[in-house]
Amino acid sequence: MRSSILRRLLLVVITIVAGGLVSATLVRCAPGFGADERQLDSRLSSDTIQAIQNAHADESNIVRFFFASVCKTLRGDFGVSRSLNRPVRQLLQERAAVTAALAGKGLALAWLTAALMVFATWFVRSAALGLSVTLLSGTLLCLPAGVLALLAILLNQPAYAVIALIVYPKVHRYLSNMVEAVRGMPHILTARAKGASESRMFLWHVVPVIKREVLALAGVSIGIAISAAIPVEALCGIPGIGQLTWQAALARDLPLLNNVAMLVIGCVVLANSGADLLGEEPRRGA
Amino acid sequence: MKRLRVAAATLACVLVFLSVAGSLAPRFDYSRQDREHIGSAPSPGHWLGTDDLGRDRFARLLHGTRVSLLLAPAAAVVSMLLAFAIGAVPGFAGGFAERAAKTAIDLVLSIPWLFLLLIVRAMLPLNTSPGTSVTITFLVLGLLGWAAPARILLARARSMRQAEFIILARSTGIAPYRLLCRHVMPNLRPVLLAHFWISVPIFILSEANLSILGLGVAEPLPSLGSLLRELETVLSLRTDIWRFAPLVMLVMIVSSLQIAVSKQEVPS
Repeated sequence: MRSSILRRLLLVVITIVAGGLVSATLVRCAPGFGADERQLDSRLSSDTIQAIQNAHADESNIVRFFFASVCKTLRGDFGVSRSLNRPVRQLLQERAAVTAALAGKGLALAWLTAALMVFATWFVRSAALGLSVTLLSGTLLCLPAGVLALLAILLNQPAYAVIALIVYPKVHRYLSNMVEAVRGMPHILTARAKGASESRMFLWHVVPVIKREVLALAGVSIGIAISAAIPVEALCGIPGIGQLTWQAALARDLPLLNNVAMLVIGCVVLANSGADLLGEEPRRGA
Repeated sequence: MKRLRVAAATLACVLVFLSVAGSLAPRFDYSRQDREHIGSAPSPGHWLGTDDLGRDRFARLLHGTRVSLLLAPAAAVVSMLLAFAIGAVPGFAGGFAERAAKTAIDLVLSIPWLFLLLIVRAMLPLNTSPGTSVTITFLVLGLLGWAAPARILLARARSMRQAEFIILARSTGIAPYRLLCRHVMPNLRPVLLAHFWISVPIFILSEANLSILGLGVAEPLPSLGSLLRELETVLSLRTDIWRFAPLVMLVMIVSSLQIAVSKQEVPS
């Protein structure tokens, strides 16, 4: 168990470092990197302009640039946002809580709805119910997250409901597929033949079988919710990490984007690894 | 189910034909402004009304649908080529190449798709010509959408390594390149095709999300995503119902594509 945790932690660190390196490479290769509008200021002397150019010279080597920013990050210095002119650390601290609350509520609502729907279709074996549930999730899968956010504004609905509507069809589809796969298993048929009630069968014979996959799906759904938060926060005007990412993208605030990328990748990989770890069967004799 | 799939495929074909044929008609010019009718309601002259710049919404819908329907498959082709190169080739080769490819695929898959798309698109120039912006947008989609099919191709190619027909071909002294092209690729074609059709609606939806956020196709060129940006200014569902036409078109296209490929063999 301990070795499994260590292996996963190592994987998390490697993923964050690799994600950060890729992000830094993109930042470094992006057009306009190193350009500073102060260089166009005719009031500045040539020495000052040279000093500004020298300040960016260290950033020309991608690996050195990345490891310098990692070292700074480890010291707690996340840099300063160029577009918002505020420390990145402060911005992340303020906005992470907003996104966490939004994504958390959305995830809870999505999982609750999906679980209820799967539970209902297990009990009520009605073709009409099955078709309507499939149609609902199928229609939601065809709508871009941005459109759902705009519709929520138009209909005065809360933003977390949009996150729920984006996450719900994916969770429902996988959950119902898992439950349908278990429905025909021999132990279910035996339990049914022995006269076990439907609720007992679901809770004692279906849930334990799909537990591991459900936990993995829970980890994946966190990534979906964080991803969905970008258009939702940007369009609904919610000051979270998603809106910050969008603002940084539009303003080409590359240091801010780099830090946000590492934060988001870290959160998603940690969630996935945590879910995998929880779903792991303890080894016999361990 | 088969009938539904046939109906969905027919609908998709009809929509492609209508958008391509309609957008070629000189009557439907997406950038022509009618200064006499700015932001007007539907009329015989403008079937879906005009936008805030006096441009015909129906003409823009036809052109936007054509842009999305022609470029999303192009992006899917790029994506499948990369998936084959990054997934199938190392999977078939085995050893270090396979392990490195698997790690790279897992790394890319662990990053949220829309987030990755937004970051990469933001790094590229935004103030470009409409033609360049549409190329960049769909190219980015193609270049980033390879990871999921690559994982499946890698698994398929690995399982093929010890297949009898491969061992037989190897024993005849066939060159590795020829082995890949003549024996591996034809066997992976169904998986590639299935993932190609799955990628098309995903790319259409992703372009829509990017364009709604202002990071997609630049004006005046329309795409389904850029047309959906107009929903930001809709004040009432009852009075502005025709402004939802791009959304209806998007749902029809994506759902028909999803239903048409729903029962194809996609190994997991």
